[in-house]
Amino acid sequence: MSVLLRHGKVTLALHGLRANAPGRALLLLHGRGLRSPATVPNRVAGWAGPIWALDFTGHGASSVPFGGGYSVELLMADADAALARLGSVTLVGNGLGAYVALLLAGARPQQVHGAVLCDGPGLAGGGPRPVTPSVVRPVEKLEQAPDPFALFELARDVRPPDYATSFVRQASQLSQLDRPISVCAIERPDWLAAVVEEPGAVVTTLAEALSHYAT
Amino acid sequence: MSESAVAADPEVVAYPGAQAPARRRFVDSGGLRIAVHEWGDEQAPPLLLAHGGFDFARTYDVFAPLLAAGGFRVVSWDQRGHGDSEHAALYTWDADVRDALNVLDSVCNEAIPVIGHSKGGSLLTHLADACPHRVSKLVNIDGLPSRARHPDVSEHERSRLLAKELADWLDHRRIVATAKRKPGTMADLARRRGRMNPRLSYEWLLYLVAAGAQHDADGWRWKLDPSMRFGGFGPWRPEWTLLRLPGLPVPMLGFLASVSEPMGWDTTEEILRPHLPPDAEIHTLPETGHFIHIERPHEVAERVLRFLA
Repeated sequence: MSVLLRHGKVTLALHGLRANAPGRALLLLHGRGLRSPATVPNRVAGWAGPIWALDFTGHGASSVPFGGGYSVELLMADADAALARLGSVTLVGNGLGAYVALLLAGARPQQVHGAVLCDGPGLAGGGPRPVTPSVVRPVEKLEQAPDPFALFELARDVRPPDYATSFVRQASQLSQLDRPISVCAIERPDWLAAVVEEPGAVVTTLAEALSHYAT
Repeated sequence: MSESAVAADPEVVAYPGAQAPARRRFVDSGGLRIAVHEWGDEQAPPLLLAHGGFDFARTYDVFAPLLAAGGFRVVSWDQRGHGDSEHAALYTWDADVRDALNVLDSVCNEAIPVIGHSKGGSLLTHLADACPHRVSKLVNIDGLPSRARHPDVSEHERSRLLAKELADWLDHRRIVATAKRKPGTMADLARRRGRMNPRLSYEWLLYLVAAGAQHDADGWRWKLDPSMRFGGFGPWRPEWTLLRLPGLPVPMLGFLASVSEPMGWDTTEEILRPHLPPDAEIHTLPETGHFIHIERPHEVAERVLRFLA
């Protein structure tokens, strides 16, 4: 089953890959340019509770707005719209979705019961500092997912390490968890290299992380 | 002017020296409708004029005609979500700069002078850096960067401060689909705006209501997208904007306010001096707040026209 959520002027598609199981939900956040999987991926099949996946704005079955203007903070609010629907969740993010999962774990420390950060497209973002400014206007067809504006704007967002770590610290201080962030990614852009040095983050495997947050 | 007279007939709202734009049109920016306003002879050399955040092009109804009288085709636009432009689903700095370039493209494909106030000045500074072949001279009216930071607080308090900002912002995003601006009389809207613009006259604020608000069945509302709000958070550092200045490839004239006020940036010549490009002029106007071109339209226009000559 899928449900449609309203986030401002955007309609988000939230997919229940295993909607009716009891317990805390696992929420999957996809990488840049991708969409939610159609069925429960093997790598998270061991999760006992419900499993949901969100299509970010301009991706998958979510609506494609006019004129671009994407930011990772906006995607965090997309994920927060899913949180409003699902209550407490454990997040598994890939690539871009991993960074969004980190932000939401810091911003909603009471509702996010662990964020698992995995490899995937868009993990590095635009790097730790601004690059040479440019104005890019897509030549691809607009109004279809993935939105070409999303593809290039979400490859440029600046991710300073100390900005990323402030979200880990918030999650640590304000959640009830001793390790709110689990890092499974092999790739280590600067922001993630800083995150793994924080006391609230551990480097582990996806299976171990899911097992840890299941309780 | 009495408030009752205005409420009865908004058409009577006038302000000394104010002229509505001579032409209005729309530009498509990636599917979004951007309202463009022009003053002056259509055949005159063009310049681009950008308004500040939470303002709209017609806040230039006094200043723009002075530039037009100086021999320019003055082209301004309502930034996405502002004035008569479409309310967008998404707002970012880069999207605003892209909209600016689309408006510029609708005028000509040459380099022309650009003038911006506050956020508009900063946007155009970014545009001059990103597209130096499209900007011939830059005038920045109190939109030059400062090093303003959050108050110095301990790491733990800083974390809680950010947490509250984030939670407030996410709570706002949860209700934004149905948010509407608060209605009121024209006088209500003028007084509310006066809180953020304490140095501007009631008559001017009332004029802005007539130009920038709409009359719904339950009262007047600013046209501004209700999803927009003050404050916010993000990874951007003021010093990154400062670092754009030294290599700025066009002559720049910057104006700075000398009186601090709610919408101001509190930038000083001292902060800027080490970062200024060789051709920059900075004018700090005495006893003047953030809305320099509204407080001193003739003086600013004269200095701008001299700089552009």
